[in-house]
Amino acid sequence: MVDSQDMVKKVFTQKSARIDTNKGENYYNNLFEKAKQRLSTLKKQAPLKDIDMVDVIETEGINRRDFMKWVSGTTATLMLPPMFEPLVAEATELMNRVPVVWIELQDCAGNSEALLRSASPTVDDLLFDVLSLEFHETLQAAAGHDADRQLEDAVEHFKGQYLLFVEGAIPMANNGMYGTIGASGETFHEHLMRMSKDAAAVIAVGTCATFGGIPAAAPNPTGAVGVMDLVKGKPLINIPACPANPANMVGVILHYILTGQVPELDSLLRPKFAFGYRIHDNCERRAHFDAGEFVEEFGDDGAKNNWCLYKVGCKGPMTFNNCSIIRYNEGTNWPVGVGRGCIGCSEPDFWDKYAYQRPMAGANIKAPTGGVEKTVDEFGLGLLTATAVGIGVHAVASAVAGKKSEHNEEE
Amino acid sequence: MAKKHLVIDPITRIEGHLRIEAIIDENNVVTDAYASSTMFRGIEEILRGRDPRDCGLLAMRICGVCTGTHYQRSIEAVEHAFGVTIPKNARLVRNLMQGALYVHDHVVHFYHLHALDWVDITEALKADPKKAVAEATKWASVSGQLPFNASESVYKQVQDRVTKYVKQGRLGIFGNAYWGSKGFKLTPEQNLIGLSHYLDALEIQREIGKMMAIFGGKNPHPQSLVVGGVTCVQDIKNPARIAKFKQILKLARKFCKEAYLPDVYMAGTMYADEALEGIGGGLGNYMCYGDFNLDDLPFYDSKKLFPSGIVKNRDLTKVYELDQTKITEDVTHAWYEGSTNLHPFDGETKPNYTGFGKKENNIAYLDTKNKYSWIKSPLYNDERMEVGPLARMIVGVAKGDERITKYVTTFLKNGNLPTKVLFSTVGRTAGRAIESEMMADIMMEWCDELAANVANGDLSTWTEFDFDKVSVDTQGYGMAEAPRGSLGHWVKIKDGKVVNYQAVVPSTWNAAPRDYKGRLGAYESSLIGTKVANADQPLEILRTVHSFDPCIACAVHIIDAKGKELGVYKIDPTGGCRA
Repeated sequence: MVDSQDMVKKVFTQKSARIDTNKGENYYNNLFEKAKQRLSTLKKQAPLKDIDMVDVIETEGINRRDFMKWVSGTTATLMLPPMFEPLVAEATELMNRVPVVWIELQDCAGNSEALLRSASPTVDDLLFDVLSLEFHETLQAAAGHDADRQLEDAVEHFKGQYLLFVEGAIPMANNGMYGTIGASGETFHEHLMRMSKDAAAVIAVGTCATFGGIPAAAPNPTGAVGVMDLVKGKPLINIPACPANPANMVGVILHYILTGQVPELDSLLRPKFAFGYRIHDNCERRAHFDAGEFVEEFGDDGAKNNWCLYKVGCKGPMTFNNCSIIRYNEGTNWPVGVGRGCIGCSEPDFWDKYAYQRPMAGANIKAPTGGVEKTVDEFGLGLLTATAVGIGVHAVASAVAGKKSEHNEEE
Repeated sequence: MAKKHLVIDPITRIEGHLRIEAIIDENNVVTDAYASSTMFRGIEEILRGRDPRDCGLLAMRICGVCTGTHYQRSIEAVEHAFGVTIPKNARLVRNLMQGALYVHDHVVHFYHLHALDWVDITEALKADPKKAVAEATKWASVSGQLPFNASESVYKQVQDRVTKYVKQGRLGIFGNAYWGSKGFKLTPEQNLIGLSHYLDALEIQREIGKMMAIFGGKNPHPQSLVVGGVTCVQDIKNPARIAKFKQILKLARKFCKEAYLPDVYMAGTMYADEALEGIGGGLGNYMCYGDFNLDDLPFYDSKKLFPSGIVKNRDLTKVYELDQTKITEDVTHAWYEGSTNLHPFDGETKPNYTGFGKKENNIAYLDTKNKYSWIKSPLYNDERMEVGPLARMIVGVAKGDERITKYVTTFLKNGNLPTKVLFSTVGRTAGRAIESEMMADIMMEWCDELAANVANGDLSTWTEFDFDKVSVDTQGYGMAEAPRGSLGHWVKIKDGKVVNYQAVVPSTWNAAPRDYKGRLGAYESSLIGTKVANADQPLEILRTVHSFDPCIACAVHIIDAKGKELGVYKIDPTGGCRA
């Protein structure tokens, strides 16, 4: 685990990864001061759980040195300069100050399952020591009226303080009749509005909650939408992907504790630390793309030699996410690793925009000839900058058009 | 005293959205029960018009828990339609991924979704850790094992950790449960063992997730299956990857043998009265589609780990051969139009939400005389069926399958239990544990088979096919088993596009409402006769419903089979159509 943290740190601190969120010294100095103040305020607050995190970290068999290594990797993951490391360590120790309420709407529980696979911190630490998880349908003991009471009590008790995690889309067709919850038969829409009213921030987890996901795929039989289409006037963070990577869920919580604010977001409200660059930029098969070596058919010689999957449909060049770095299940593997290629699951409407075994028509991505390692980074950087500009322009256009913004992979 | 009407919504510790309503008489015995799903997405409708090769990734999202199962069934339905037989490596990789999913699902289900119906956490804090070691040793020895944990200090640590957690005042996910209910029957030491394994299982399931990620890229929602085979060439080529898979498998197997099975013996013995009375037994009809190909013959010709078949009225002496044409779905009590009773290839349904019945004191009651669920009522040869691990065990035994019979009879013999205990809530829970052990054992063999095949130089992972030719006008089905029971995906394809798609899933069979004859679904039927110790704490109802491992998002879908109408078909009523 610690070794993979080293790897994470190395990749996150390389030039291509760092460039997008590097705001210059003043920005980081201001953020640093703000974070310091925030942490000292939090420290004065009574903990929700009377547990000393330092104790927890040490009794759980992690020594201080390993913990600091984790902190250092996590700081890099959050795209913060190394001077933030002591603050990240402190924030981790204060995570139990922030109550979390997790609700499930039009979902498949995939994100809850992903949370169960969290490796850093591990899920038992998350459940018992780190998070103050007040409500989670898939895991909690109470049911029926008692579950309702538990939820109402949490929302009342932590008014204005809790983070509301939302998993699943919201069906809006026919007055929301495609989803009801609780004895009163409240619709998912009413439920979401009631739960988000007093939340400190709302975090949409997974592609269904962020952009509508699979229920919203054409023809969208239930009129499903994402949280950001409904919840307004609240700090809102989208953590898309199907399912969202638990590392990014933990990252967002840490960042919130650290700064009391949502992390820096792109036009789709995704944290830049996780979605600031493309899968393609740090792909292990990237050198083959640059060299023009492609898998043409599953199971061919190219597949046996781990060549680039672009021609069998990989959407890595159009997809913003950090899977190529942190991977899944404690770094065990990731889709490109198993030779399938990225399906673009952290992008809006990807179910309808992409076919999964064919490359994008007109994506206009050409490999530079004779790629060598140095140009790999530089090439990624070029793509990234071009896309970042594209996102900005498109976001303005979308805002004018008054509809959900989405970037176009051709740009 | 009059009858009481209980409403339990949400049923928690399940996947999806489930409501149970139960009528209890003056003795607190359930006389009537209704199961309803309150969420609908329409994924089959979304699959229409798409490239059949893309279906697997979409259909997988029916569920994030039994995630790889829908994926494989969907891919198989298309392969069946195309007449493609996959290579040996692909079969073994798929078996290993599915097998890992079974063990994962069962462990998470028993410890994280079901255990809190058996184990009272607050009682665990009163236990003597030393006595807990003796107790754990006793139950492990039933099947000749040492306990997963035989250390007093580990039990003490667990107690300290949870005591600290409880003392802080807010119980988080353990808050507001039915702690202290008379329905809990374990001793403090037994409760401590359960609690300790709850924590161990959190770690074990995280490790088993890695098994699926080794060949699937990630878990949940793996990505390495394609029509024709699998894509994970480098992961089977590298002996270290198979070795890592096997290393985690060994840990999972150890946990099944030293913790899971002993805990089921423990709970089964403490709740033996109920098991012998047949509490929670329900329908008594069991069905298995069959699954896990053991050789490389084409579709539905190969020998299976779980044989298919039907057992009726708990009669193990007779077994009926499965015929997929006898499967139909009825919508009399489901929120869809009509009262058709048609085969999945020919089904036709449109949403027709009629809402709840009466509302009183901010409680809405199901309109149980009419429509009351998004789940339809599947029938086999016009009979209601229960599916799941217990059904697989029962059908296996009735069919005389040597391997299954050995595992089931060993379980019963070691526990000194009569066969009839199987037909109960306890039996359903036991069936899942027996299956986990068997699966973990056989997967060791599959690992070796895969390693040997690759070492012999076979790196083939995909069968080539001419998409333009095979996708002109065809149909197929992927019928096999999911951890929760029989799962079928039916697909019709024309000119390279899906014209109809239909999935009938385990929780559709089990969680269905009444049918056109007023006959109860498996959940409903299993609740009749259950006595609740305290009407305000319907723990016993939860225990029986949870014994099915409800997976409700899976169960809810829409069908439409009028393939010719593709292009003019409009969902009625529409909402936010983009296409």
